Amino acid sequence: MPDVTKMATMEPKWCQSPDRESFAVNATVGNLEALEGSLLADIAAAADEAAIEAVRVSALGKKGSVSEMLKTLGAMSAEERQVNGPAINGLKNRVTEALTQRKAELKDVAIAARLEAEKVDVTLPVRQSPAERGRIHPISQVIDEIAAIFGDLGFAIAEGPDVESDYYNFTALNFPEGHPAREMHDTFFFQPDEKGERKLLRTHTSPVQIRTMEKQKPPIRIVIPGKTYRQDSDATHSPMFHQVEGLVINKTANVANMKWVLEEFCKAFFEVPQVKMRFRPSFFPFTEPSLEVDIQCDRSRPGEVRFGEGTDWMEILGCGMVHPNVLRAGGLDPDEYQGFAWGMGIDRIAMLKYGMPDLRAFFDADVRWLSHYGFRPLDMPTLFGGLSA
Amino acid sequence: MKLTLSWLKDHLETDATLSEIVERLTSIGLEVEHVDDKASLKPFVIAKVLTAVQHPDADRLRVLTVDTGDGKPPVQVVCGAPNARAGLIGAFAAPGTYVPGIDVTLTVGKIRGVESHGMMCSERELELSDEHNGIIDLPEDAPVGTSFATYAHLDDPVIEINLTPNRPDATSVYGIARDLAASGLGTLKSAEIEAIPGQGETPVKVTIEAPELCPGFALRLVRGVKNGPSPKWLQQRLIAIGLRPISALVDITNYVTFDRGRPLHVFDAKKVAGNLVVRRAKILYQWQNTQMDRAQFAEFQQDGRQIELLSDWRNEPGIKQEIADVRYAVADPETVQGLDGRIYSLLPDMCVIADDNGVESIAGVMGGEHSGCDENTTDVLIESALWDPITTARTGRTLGIITDARYRFERGVDPEFMVPGVELATKLVLEFCGGEPTETEVVGYAGHKPKIVAFPLSEVKRLTGIEVPKAESLDILSRLGFKPQGSGDVVDVAVPSWRPDVDGKADLVEEVMRIHGVDNIAPQPLGAHDAVNSKILTTLQVRTRTAKRSLAVRGMLEAVTWSFIPARHAELFGGGQTVLKLANPIAADMSDMRPSLLPGLMSAAQRNADKGIGDVALFEVSGTYEGDGPDQQRRVAAGVRRGTAKLDGSGRSWAGNSGAVGVFDAKADAIAALEACGAPVDRLQIEPGGPAWYHPGRSGTIKLGPKTVLGTFGEFHPKTLEALDVSGPICGFEVYIDAVPEPKAKPTKTKPKLELSSFQTVKRDFAFVVDKTVEAGTLVRAALAADKKLVSGVSVFDVFEGASLGAAKKSIAIEVSIQPVEKTLTDEDFEALAKRIVDNVGKQTGGVLRT
Repeated sequence: MPDVTKMATMEPKWCQSPDRESFAVNATVGNLEALEGSLLADIAAAADEAAIEAVRVSALGKKGSVSEMLKTLGAMSAEERQVNGPAINGLKNRVTEALTQRKAELKDVAIAARLEAEKVDVTLPVRQSPAERGRIHPISQVIDEIAAIFGDLGFAIAEGPDVESDYYNFTALNFPEGHPAREMHDTFFFQPDEKGERKLLRTHTSPVQIRTMEKQKPPIRIVIPGKTYRQDSDATHSPMFHQVEGLVINKTANVANMKWVLEEFCKAFFEVPQVKMRFRPSFFPFTEPSLEVDIQCDRSRPGEVRFGEGTDWMEILGCGMVHPNVLRAGGLDPDEYQGFAWGMGIDRIAMLKYGMPDLRAFFDADVRWLSHYGFRPLDMPTLFGGLSA
Repeated sequence: MKLTLSWLKDHLETDATLSEIVERLTSIGLEVEHVDDKASLKPFVIAKVLTAVQHPDADRLRVLTVDTGDGKPPVQVVCGAPNARAGLIGAFAAPGTYVPGIDVTLTVGKIRGVESHGMMCSERELELSDEHNGIIDLPEDAPVGTSFATYAHLDDPVIEINLTPNRPDATSVYGIARDLAASGLGTLKSAEIEAIPGQGETPVKVTIEAPELCPGFALRLVRGVKNGPSPKWLQQRLIAIGLRPISALVDITNYVTFDRGRPLHVFDAKKVAGNLVVRRAKILYQWQNTQMDRAQFAEFQQDGRQIELLSDWRNEPGIKQEIADVRYAVADPETVQGLDGRIYSLLPDMCVIADDNGVESIAGVMGGEHSGCDENTTDVLIESALWDPITTARTGRTLGIITDARYRFERGVDPEFMVPGVELATKLVLEFCGGEPTETEVVGYAGHKPKIVAFPLSEVKRLTGIEVPKAESLDILSRLGFKPQGSGDVVDVAVPSWRPDVDGKADLVEEVMRIHGVDNIAPQPLGAHDAVNSKILTTLQVRTRTAKRSLAVRGMLEAVTWSFIPARHAELFGGGQTVLKLANPIAADMSDMRPSLLPGLMSAAQRNADKGIGDVALFEVSGTYEGDGPDQQRRVAAGVRRGTAKLDGSGRSWAGNSGAVGVFDAKADAIAALEACGAPVDRLQIEPGGPAWYHPGRSGTIKLGPKTVLGTFGEFHPKTLEALDVSGPICGFEVYIDAVPEPKAKPTKTKPKLELSSFQTVKRDFAFVVDKTVEAGTLVRAALAADKKLVSGVSVFDVFEGASLGAAKKSIAIEVSIQPVEKTLTDEDFEALAKRIVDNVGKQTGGVLRT
């Protein structure tokens, strides 16, 4: 513990300011009170940290008024010290505390002022993340949904060229030359080459059935999404559209299996627990027997179709057992192998599921349409996460 | 195919209701597309006008009191019809009734101050005809208070069937009844057609010169007929199915067409000159003389046209090329005026019936106007023939004629009904028009030899999965007219003459299945797959999918544009080959398969801009076409950005406006797409300049090694923009997903071990002055190569050109990341490394450190 008395003795030339001198000399109760009042007033008046520091130095610095007063204690008698010691030390403590408090106050004010100065208008809009602006076209999304469903059933995705030969598009699929069914397809043809042969734009995804059979031995389990073309254009027909075809070939696949697969698909695709389907005998050259499939729906609400309920029927696909002539064209013996196939319009089922009214808008690339009907890029269809968000 | 319920009941004995019949038709494959049950006519009742007085305030209106036969007091009706009078019996609509002809639901209202409680209707108001000169005026014995529709036989429901092309047998009411009866919904009434004896030979003889187009022809003359209107019941049936009654003779042909699926033709015998011949249409040629030059002459020869030189080649004043006199053949095809009044030019692949005057009828498609029957016809030739389906279909298609006859002949009519068809028609002609028939002359018909199909009955279970008892299968076939023979597991089934579509055992399975009921087949799970396809998607499919999502994540919208584009766009982008030009495009500007996705996307961006949305970022991942072979379709990802549609956003913002898009936006998109597809991005080379459609100084080509082009990007050539009518700023890219190498098969999925250095990474900046032509990429590679161990990254943070550097110079400033791996580097180490970097950059680029 420093010996205050001794220190004071060691520094005899402390008396410089007349005020201090007078305080020091007249360390009376009255003087102390006056000094304290004066210091506290200075502290309260200090407007910033520099002013506070000046007051601190003037009071508690080496030669500050309070420090000087403390020094006078050494020259006092024990009795005087008894009285003045606590009084001066009390003064010192109170001034110190007032300084600390004022300093904290000033710091808070300074921070508050800075924060106030830093304030921004948080209601100003921020830019949308690119991932939120971007969109996946409904056709791509629905193809991904189809792939998720059939992938789960053990189907692989197969593809084939848009520009096809007459053989793959018609002949191998059992469309006899001149048959009215050929005419129903409104085919786009290309200009003939030097040999007089002309290609065409495939009118359905069925050529990929033949192309697959040619390079893969059964068992075959594929779905074939892709672009198809017919020379036809109105609100529900577009010269370019999209189909998905399915093909199962093994030694046992039959109509009962086909019904099961298609029911599983419709439930999963339309995301309903149950769905009634109506299988009607129909005709396609490449299947025998052939069926068309209607799905139960409710169209009583304007602009909206609900599946799995209601009393209406909506045609959604065609299917059948692969025609023996098609199996032969694919190099398979129809007495050994059998199978079924189906086809449906991707655009059509997308329109039905998501309530998009006009097919032509699909290919118009109007950004308002794409933004509205398109899907967010990270909404990847999966069975475990639900097909659609 | 349309029919009415009462017509069906001519042939089918059944108690089934309309809805049961409709449901059954659909379930056996005769899909009912529409049923008009005439419900709209049900509210109209027969009513009698008791009094009719002049309206007090309107000259043309009368105030009627009408007895509606409901036992209540007469109602007051205001009526404007001139024939409204006391005693008239007509069709009355009470308030609340919807009147289809005026599209109004009636209410009680005042007309010029007088209340009207309903309406007496005209035929037009009921949509029965266009008649509107007065209200319906029924005979005195019409029963007041009963249904007008029932009284007028207008309540016969009309069923429209969407017939599949394989069912010629169901193009007739009789055939539909046969199918329904086979399905157990009633009994088919016997419809034996009796032969009607004729007097003497048919004087007009028939020669078939084209037997391959006409396997049979039957003809009969009926003399002394009177061709007036057909009976009311027949007219009503024809009207109900949408046909216009014309005259008894014509109506009979239409009736037999629909009733039995047997199209007929009637000639006015007096207008037929000489005998009839069935042959192909003829083309005569005429010589045409002209002058032409050598090029024109060669063109004619190349087209395979007949052309002959008539003189030597010579020069003539004012003509540059040598010319000559030539003559060439001009086709002069036969023509015929059809019953629809139009003139048709015929081709040699068409079949016609001709007489001494020329073509009288287009076989199987349409009769000719010249020899058609009218009210003056007294002698009628009834033709019932067989025509080749393919020729009939092609002829109808080429000439653009759709008739009920063509509809049936192109599907195939029952050959065994050719002669009964004549007999049935003769019977009706005699009944309606009187007359004396000759004997029926039949030419060229060799009789029908039924197809025999060997049918293992187990085939039903094999293909459908359900067990149909053998006896039931055989019974179904018999009821449909098939004749199964034998009793073993495999029976021989004779196919009836009206089912040309049935060829094999699968067809018979369909017959059994559709009549037995598809609903009876319970779904059976498809067994687990034997893991044939370990991968659901191929690498290309996975990459396609990933490319789409990665571009969408960059704020771009996925478009699907047409695969066919205008020829000049295709040519501009390196396409336009003849084999990829459509012969029959849907529109002139949708003619060529696209060689690139860019023109479609650029046009789409501009379409949006024209609608006021100029900041557009679009992409597409799809096919482009390099040729017509199956492996010449590429898989491409492409995108365009227009206006200020940058990655971070577009347009103005308080936080900073987006600038115009440019080559580097396209480059970033291209590289992002490639990276998403698994391309080795650190090994890609960027070469300046792209294909001709790009801005030569603001485009690049992305390569992997010297040969593999993975993509192109950039801003576009002003000429490209001009040709596409697109305005900028706009940039775009194309990457060839199918060119990205397949990933190498790895024995393990374990990732390489991560080595993290514990020494601090240090960054040092260098600025080099280089010639303007030096590419930044070269400089960066040089810095990276200076010490492959220590230099972990190089980024360019400034490029500067200015007078202070000299005219042909620029400064490139780089930040080099240095990662010590073995020890903390000393100042000497850093200096040595810096020297190596400066030296290597100097060596590779000629650059010197900027001071």
